[in-house]
Amino acid sequence: MSIASQRRSPALIVFSTSFVILWVILAAFPFVWTLWGSFKVQADFFSKADWTNALWGVRTVAETGAAFTGDGYYGAWVEQDFWRAVLNTLIVVVFTVIISLTFGTLGGYALARSGYRYAFWLLMIALVFRAMPHITLVSGYLLPFFEWNLWGHLPTAIIVLVAINQPFTLWMLHSFFLNIPKDLDESAMVDGCTRFQAFRHVIIPVMWPGVITTGLFSFLLAYNDFAVTAMLLSQDNQTMVPKIASFLGSTQVEGNVMFAVAAVVSATAPLFALIMFFQRQIVSGLTAGAVKG
Amino acid sequence: MPHRTFLWFIFPSLAAMILFIAMPIASVLIQSLYVEHEQVIVLGETCGPFGCTPSTTVDVEATAQLKEDAPLGRFNGLGTYLDRGHLAVNELRMAWAISDGLGDFLSRVMNLPFYKALAFTMTFTFVVTPLVIVLGLAIALGVNGLPKMLKGPTIFVSLLPMIVTPLIGSLILFWMIDADGIIGKTLQVIFDDPDLSLKASPTLTWIVLIIYGVWHSAPFAFIVFYAGLQTVPEETLEAAMIDGASRWERIRYVVIPHMAPLVVFISLMQLMDNFRVFEPIVGFSAQANATSLSYIIYSDLRGDQQQFGSAAATSMLTILGVAVLLTPVLIRTWRDFNRKRA
Repeated sequence: MSIASQRRSPALIVFSTSFVILWVILAAFPFVWTLWGSFKVQADFFSKADWTNALWGVRTVAETGAAFTGDGYYGAWVEQDFWRAVLNTLIVVVFTVIISLTFGTLGGYALARSGYRYAFWLLMIALVFRAMPHITLVSGYLLPFFEWNLWGHLPTAIIVLVAINQPFTLWMLHSFFLNIPKDLDESAMVDGCTRFQAFRHVIIPVMWPGVITTGLFSFLLAYNDFAVTAMLLSQDNQTMVPKIASFLGSTQVEGNVMFAVAAVVSATAPLFALIMFFQRQIVSGLTAGAVKG
Repeated sequence: MPHRTFLWFIFPSLAAMILFIAMPIASVLIQSLYVEHEQVIVLGETCGPFGCTPSTTVDVEATAQLKEDAPLGRFNGLGTYLDRGHLAVNELRMAWAISDGLGDFLSRVMNLPFYKALAFTMTFTFVVTPLVIVLGLAIALGVNGLPKMLKGPTIFVSLLPMIVTPLIGSLILFWMIDADGIIGKTLQVIFDDPDLSLKASPTLTWIVLIIYGVWHSAPFAFIVFYAGLQTVPEETLEAAMIDGASRWERIRYVVIPHMAPLVVFISLMQLMDNFRVFEPIVGFSAQANATSLSYIIYSDLRGDQQQFGSAAATSMLTILGVAVLLTPVLIRTWRDFNRKRA
């Protein structure tokens, strides 16, 4: 950094660096601490005597014979059937992402290429829909779904999540398709392709970066959802997040809050991996909306 | 693109949105006009050896039948909106009449569930949003000055609080501030008060929830600002330097104006997301001290007696709130759009 405008005084460097370090600690420490604590027993992680017990695992050694224990994980995954919730989450997330991307690419492409006023209005309506609190929509679903016996099944939750996802997916892919030059598909149509053929043979091969970025956010929405999955799925079909919430109701009484801690760590691990591999796409996705203004 | 082709392309997406976003809003509107059936009461007499006494019993069968015939309940008009659980018109009038002074009136109003939730939701929205913008900008400026090698890992760590499932993120913090958890214990030592609990007082609960909200959303603002910083025009900065602007003045007069559109974008996103604050209240088990609009809908829908009518009325009021929140944005976009066409 030799550019003059970037040169800064030492005091400022010290100040801004320590500020960033403080932020990094704030952002990372809760996760590190919970990961560490998930291998301890409750008497250490929630120590009545001395919080440093959680570091050395005094009670963990006394109760299990070693400084680390997998009891929380065993309890959650095996005793409480957390694996079933993981499986359900996998199904819900995979289908939600695939269906929302399919619908979203078609719709986003149409919105980007239509010059009519109604395309703008559709985008505005999508923005309003994007702002709807999910729980208000859920309160609209519940009674009809009970009446039509749709309540409790995985496909119901999937299609609802797809719909809730659409406004965001449309916006994102719409702005992405705007960046693909119009000439590309229009020249294909001059050569005799129909609009759909042009989309199929010209646009699809070049759209993957945008689709992957949008897919990441669809994944996050489906994976992180609590309102829809907690209210619309029956006990057997529960996904991870409502399952963790239900641990709290029952386990705090039994003194097995460690099950919930272990489940929380298990559910965070995939997100961790996601940022590892897709950091660039997530960053570009977050800024995609902003760059357009 | 011809209308017909457009329709074919947009159809699946549009159908999903109409069926599962527009229709539920209609459904909520209808449900909000109805309330649950009353139980069918049968008047009878129980006769014993010492004469007969009149009695009332609930006819379970007839109640179930009634529920089946008309699952919506009975028509109630705007009754649900005006009752104690929602706008509480009568209670407000009463409180106004008997309270001495504005403070007393407000504390009475805060006992009404809807206004309590509304107060927290608004406070959360309008405190968290500016804090997120300021903190995000500060982190972005800090990270921008780091050596290149450290930027990647810093961004990685910064993304964690935002990416993590809101319920899980709030649980992680909740366990740390537990009276037996690391932060809770440390605070007890610092303030030398073994009974200090962050969960006990409403004020502390609100502060904790707001801190969680800022922690959760700051990375979003940070990333957007950081990307914005990469495009700050270098020539303008140098020109400002030659003119003798200090570092702070360069930030104030070059960087911040360049970021202004981003501030609008972040505030819009944050207003929408913070207005539906919900998971942290479940995660922090904060419902005794802080409820949000989303949370009272959730608690109406849970439990043995689901109160669809009540939940629907709160939902309609929430949607109204969203509409009010979005109006300035929509008007602005509409003007921009027209200017572009003109």
